[in-house]
Amino acid sequence: MSEVIVVTSGKGGVGKTTTSANVGTGLAEMGKSVVLIDADIGLRNLDVVMGLENRIVYNLVDVIEGNCRLKQALIKDKRHAGLFLMPAAQTRDKNCITPGQMVKLIDSLRDQFDYIILDCPAGIEQGFQNAIAGADHAIVVTTPEVSAIRDADRIIGLLEANEIKKVDLVLNRLRQDLVRRGEMMTVDDVLDILGLPLLGVVPDDENVVIATNQGEPLVGKSSDAGQAFFNICKRLEGKEVPFKDFGKSSTIWSRFSGLFKKSLQEERA
Amino acid sequence: MSIFSVFKRKTSSQIAKDRLKILLISDRVNCSPEMMELIKNDIAQVISKYMKIDASTMEIQISKTGSLAGNGKKMPVLYANIPILDLRN
Repeated sequence: MSEVIVVTSGKGGVGKTTTSANVGTGLAEMGKSVVLIDADIGLRNLDVVMGLENRIVYNLVDVIEGNCRLKQALIKDKRHAGLFLMPAAQTRDKNCITPGQMVKLIDSLRDQFDYIILDCPAGIEQGFQNAIAGADHAIVVTTPEVSAIRDADRIIGLLEANEIKKVDLVLNRLRQDLVRRGEMMTVDDVLDILGLPLLGVVPDDENVVIATNQGEPLVGKSSDAGQAFFNICKRLEGKEVPFKDFGKSSTIWSRFSGLFKKSLQEERA
Repeated sequence: MSIFSVFKRKTSSQIAKDRLKILLISDRVNCSPEMMELIKNDIAQVISKYMKIDASTMEIQISKTGSLAGNGKKMPVLYANIPILDLRN
């Protein structure tokens, strides 16, 4: 029986697609069979992040409308034998499918894959409802910013209302240097506010930009973000991986001395 | 800048946290600022029947510091700060 995971966030641009691509690739690297479904109809991007944009013939809407067989819309990954992508339609809009159709589609994939991962569109409208309809488990991605956390909180409420019981948090794009200076919320601050179990913390890492440029997920590579995404995959597989210390808000002394320096600088200015 | 303001200064992460806490309470209870204004006016009207109050400076807000509810989470409470001008009717 497969596990159906939806990757969602509410706010756009916090790293849903990057997380979907890396978690899917990481699980495939661990020998699991995985299908990534791009549920962002009209604004598909998972194909680009995976580097598979040139191989698309059929898409999710074609399958639902019966224009092709299920197998024809599944694109095999370049590097991993057990990894497939089902792209979204680019020239249609979110209202052309219903949550019921998504549930049916997912059910037809369940016996072939260990993991079905859905990349949810931003927002809370029809596209979101479609993406979460067949999910057993949700990963909420957020960044340590007021706007992203506010939207994540709203999404968590909607997931609860839709009876998705298992909801985990991925905190993306954390900057340790800012956390240490007290200019970015800590992991504990965010957990305290959102009250979700933590699945992973991904540090802000330029290698993510480079990997996206190349269309090659960086999970498992030696970079900080690559390791963080791989740890998320291990935790999904039930392994206990300790969390790295991502910088507590600084000690009282360093905070005071830091502020003192800052005020001196301001006085000079 | 005096030495005192150095110690009083909040970090921006603390400011973000404080703002979020207040923001999420009103988001979660689904209570718009307009509705808060209506509640405030109604409370002012009722209290005014019994004592003279300063409705122009009164404040109400929903905060999360209430007692524990059944599910272990803190229940939100409605705080009202109503200046009384004259206790006699």
